[in-house]
Amino acid sequence: MSKLLSQANRSTVNPRSTIRESFGDRMFMAIIYLILTVVLIAVLYPLIYIVSSSLSSPAAVSSGKVWLWPIDLTLDGYKSVLRNDQVIMGYGNSLFYTAIGTLISVALTIMIAYPLSKKTFVGRSPLMMFITFTMLFSGGLIPTYLVVKSMGMIDSRWALLIPNAVWVWQVIIARTFFQNSIPEELSEAADIDGCSDIRFIFSVILPLAKPIVAVLSLMYAVGQWNAYFDALIYLKTQSLYPLQLVLRSILILSNGTGNMNLGEMVKQQQMAELMKYSLIVMASLPVLVIYPFVQRYFVQGMLIGSVKG
Amino acid sequence: MTLRTTISKGKTVVKEGRRSALKLALSKSWRRHWQLYLLIIPPVAYFIIFKYVPMVNAVLAFKDYNVIKGIWGSPWVGTKYFELLFQNPAFVTLIKNTLYISFYSLIVGFPVPILLALALNEVKNAKFKKTVQMVTYAPYFISTVVMVSIIMMFLSPRLGIVNTIAGALGFEAVNFLGEPGLFRSIYVFSDVWQSMGYSAVIYLAALSGIDPSLYEAAKVDGANRFQKMLNIDLPGLLPAAVIILILSVGNIMAVGFEKIYLLQNPLNLSASEIISTYVYKMGLLNANYSFATAVGLFNSLINLILLLTVNAVAKRLSNTSLW
Repeated sequence: MSKLLSQANRSTVNPRSTIRESFGDRMFMAIIYLILTVVLIAVLYPLIYIVSSSLSSPAAVSSGKVWLWPIDLTLDGYKSVLRNDQVIMGYGNSLFYTAIGTLISVALTIMIAYPLSKKTFVGRSPLMMFITFTMLFSGGLIPTYLVVKSMGMIDSRWALLIPNAVWVWQVIIARTFFQNSIPEELSEAADIDGCSDIRFIFSVILPLAKPIVAVLSLMYAVGQWNAYFDALIYLKTQSLYPLQLVLRSILILSNGTGNMNLGEMVKQQQMAELMKYSLIVMASLPVLVIYPFVQRYFVQGMLIGSVKG
Repeated sequence: MTLRTTISKGKTVVKEGRRSALKLALSKSWRRHWQLYLLIIPPVAYFIIFKYVPMVNAVLAFKDYNVIKGIWGSPWVGTKYFELLFQNPAFVTLIKNTLYISFYSLIVGFPVPILLALALNEVKNAKFKKTVQMVTYAPYFISTVVMVSIIMMFLSPRLGIVNTIAGALGFEAVNFLGEPGLFRSIYVFSDVWQSMGYSAVIYLAALSGIDPSLYEAAKVDGANRFQKMLNIDLPGLLPAAVIILILSVGNIMAVGFEKIYLLQNPLNLSASEIISTYVYKMGLLNANYSFATAVGLFNSLINLILLLTVNAVAKRLSNTSLW
């Protein structure tokens, strides 16, 4: 009610105050709009440039003719990317890691976050400390590597799915959500009706927790899709490589284009350059396409995470 | 005598009472929640195996690792590897680079999202505000590998757009990634480009939570927009800013290893070799496990000390802390 009132107040006060706005204030606003416009262009321009380049002819890209919109519109770059077996295999592997990895991660996160949210769960604060401590201190790269090795996970798909499955931050976000949005009375009622905890989770908690499951899934999925380092240290067999590792060898080490077979050296080089732009677009596409739809959930997740509880 | 026995008896009774109360609560909780206790076994096992066992494994830093004998069978060597590290001429460079890059990105990366949020908060045009937010948020989703390749393509001396434009303006081409002096700026500013929109979200939320009556009061007092920003918005952001500052200081020694490793080349190595890239090379590429573990342990310890220090300082100065 008071919120409504103050809103109403502001809307009646505002028109008058804009008339009375001083020169200094108008200058101030002009500077703010100027700064934000510069920021907008600075972020947007590289993105447009990449997409435009990926759609231009190889010659136009190499000679620096492209500077904003595509020149000699063509899909050649994309065609050659799609003809590259390594890329296709990496794409498939990444889809697999993302799907299965997200499933494992979300399941494990909820399995620990829900008990942590219950006041009647004895031992929840030591458990919380036990988890949070891993954010502050870690054994380091080599000791972790040796554990993964002793588990027999080196050079297997498990190495990308398990060792980094649970992020403490996500556990905190999920726990906070359960604490704040699921009333204690619900579980008491279920308890009286003789409903077990497991059944309660499946038939009451999960349907109510859709927003948080969405947040967790998205964050884990984006993390899994974008990860390369675990694959770099744990995998040796190329057929297991996720897309990011394939990208690294093509984009950064520049040695993955050998099977393109394009005759002329110059043409091949130009094509390789164009292919890089198309690859960048294709690799980012899945995440960027869903981005406008998921942005809301991401923001929600960050905000829940920022609430201490 | 009798009094003392009564008191000590009383004490034991209280102690026993407490213990049995805990026991009772536990058994009650177990009876009610035994399924939840079973449920936490897999995630707890995960934390033990992949987080705590490595911490214990870090004793490797004090042993001569022998593949056949394993971590526990290998002989103790005391602080040999730490001494090796401290005597290593590369050590000073490593520390310097690590701290330089971290503080540089902290000094630039910390205020930028705050300024962005403050500016966005002033904008009344909802459409423009939303556009700026959406666009600045998007680069956060670009993967490290793609980000690094974008940087490399844009800054390439031959084909990069930056040098093409500079060339058109009459400047000579610069091999940006080959210049050690430019490495830090490239790293820091590309990070700002990628993450400012994402980081601004928290601050925007804090700003929207400020009591509107404060603005009304300021208006009555005749404050202009800038004064309002300075006296209402900025203090309103402070708690969120302190928490984020503490968290980023805690990450100082863990600066973007993944990105720096990919951006490295032999030409810029003198500025880009940091502790974590060194650990990776020493440990996994050269199989010098014990030495790399010692370096990593040293890194984690500094990290922990920094975090605890900043947290304590923040607690004293602004009453905000992580715990």
